[in-house]
Amino acid sequence: MAWSEDDAERMREAVESVYRAESRRVLATLIRLLGGDFDLAEEALHDAFTAALDRWPRDGLPSNPRAWLVSAGRFKAIDVLRRRARFDASLAHVADRLGDGVTEPEPYDDEGIADDRLRLVFTCCHPALPAHARVALTLREVCGLTTEEIARAFLTAAPTVAQRIVRAKAKIRDARIPYRVPSPAELPERLGTVLQVVYLVFNEGYSASSGESVTRPDLTGEAIRLGRLLTELLPEPEVMGLLALMLLHESRRTARTSADGEIVLLEDQDRALWDRDLIAEGTALAERALSSGRIGPYALQAAISAVHAESPDAASTDWSQIVGLYDVLARAAPSPVVELNRAVAVAMRDGPAAGLALVDAILARGDLADYHLAHSARGELCRRLGRTADARAAYRRALGLAKQEPERRLLARRLAEPAAGSTTTG
Amino acid sequence: MRYLCLIHAERTYEDMAEDEAVPLVREFRRFTEDLRASGQYLGSNRLLPAATATTVRVRNGRLSITDGPFAETKEQLGGYFLIEARDLNEAIQVASRIPAARHGAIEVRPVAAPIRLPGDPEPAAAEARARV
Repeated sequence: MAWSEDDAERMREAVESVYRAESRRVLATLIRLLGGDFDLAEEALHDAFTAALDRWPRDGLPSNPRAWLVSAGRFKAIDVLRRRARFDASLAHVADRLGDGVTEPEPYDDEGIADDRLRLVFTCCHPALPAHARVALTLREVCGLTTEEIARAFLTAAPTVAQRIVRAKAKIRDARIPYRVPSPAELPERLGTVLQVVYLVFNEGYSASSGESVTRPDLTGEAIRLGRLLTELLPEPEVMGLLALMLLHESRRTARTSADGEIVLLEDQDRALWDRDLIAEGTALAERALSSGRIGPYALQAAISAVHAESPDAASTDWSQIVGLYDVLARAAPSPVVELNRAVAVAMRDGPAAGLALVDAILARGDLADYHLAHSARGELCRRLGRTADARAAYRRALGLAKQEPERRLLARRLAEPAAGSTTTG
Repeated sequence: MRYLCLIHAERTYEDMAEDEAVPLVREFRRFTEDLRASGQYLGSNRLLPAATATTVRVRNGRLSITDGPFAETKEQLGGYFLIEARDLNEAIQVASRIPAARHGAIEVRPVAAPIRLPGDPEPAAAEARARV
């Protein structure tokens, strides 16, 4: 039976679509089967897909492509180890041990596979790895981004990212970081580290810390995909809370920048542009998380975001409820940034003078002295109070600290504006 | 796998009053006994304060001797536990139970396998398996 060009093309497309859907799951399982060796598993994954491109056009698509790939990858890895064993005798028994039981087909259960993906996430986000390496490794191994894509997203040089990944894998291997889902006793702390990585990826995408544009949708998309994966595998309240928070933020993405890339602040946004489907999904998840009775910082922030999402405009927003939620958040996860956000909500509820007193108290403690948003909030509140000179001083301070270009332009516009309101500084 | 848990702390027993030192010594003894009972204990030693340290170097065949520890830091190396653990998670778990973890810091370092040179005898099969 002769294969036409079209058939070959269709099969290539089929293999590619299997790659997109399955490569991360296959990798996660191969790492486990190969004793936690990331590099060997990646090589095996590559070999398995090469074999698929060769075999599937002849034999047809297997009924369970994932199982086929895992089994092919495992055989390839054993070959690799046998070849290496010719040079290093101590590897011979490793190949033998991995080869044990390979003759009979691996019993295949999807639950085990789900566990493998969690193992992969928890290993990549292990607290014994440096924070930037956790992010790079998670995007590389769990999301399948290339080193170049990660480097571009974080405005880092590709060799730097590559080196972080190499060092992290070396530490996993040499210090023997296990390929395991943490025990229930360890889970709360370890899950915290995982959620931190996901939220960091999201934030870098949602509000880039530096550079030309406000958002990087590729990163928010990856973070939300990770959030969905975790919610599916481990539906803990804080996992749902984080996914809810990301979806609710993401719902406002198109409204957050103008056509020419300038920042539009929450109260000035065209709320018709907010994505209602994301809001509905995020709000439902936030409610599920809150109804669990184990309420954490992510679910609380999602709840705050949901209050904004249900309000037709800034003026009719239930600011009392928002201040109340910030009060709970400040107890659950005390931080000066939470206090700053609470101060801004108080300003909306009780007027700018009340908010400014709180912001000044935070700045007086020196906690947020180098945080540009603290100074721009102060500038905004002074502006509303007609204290033009104070407002300008605060905006100038913020401009000196801000690193993202659109944020800098927003501050520059504020500085260029004639005195807001008609009152002058007293 | 073997891990060396290095105990870094600002103060040693020599800096403590008796009513602080005695309960801590008791706690260290209990911890050591627990570790022996679980089969994870391989060895431990307490070191005298860094003030007693001497650092030795040989450069161009010349011996140089200086007073004090290799690195002058606020926290000093006060002792160590050598432990057997399945993986880093287990080692971290043990390190977190060392009483000094509450006021000092424990550095957990995997112990390397001996380097084999050409001509060295094959490692015993059991040892090889333990290394995998």
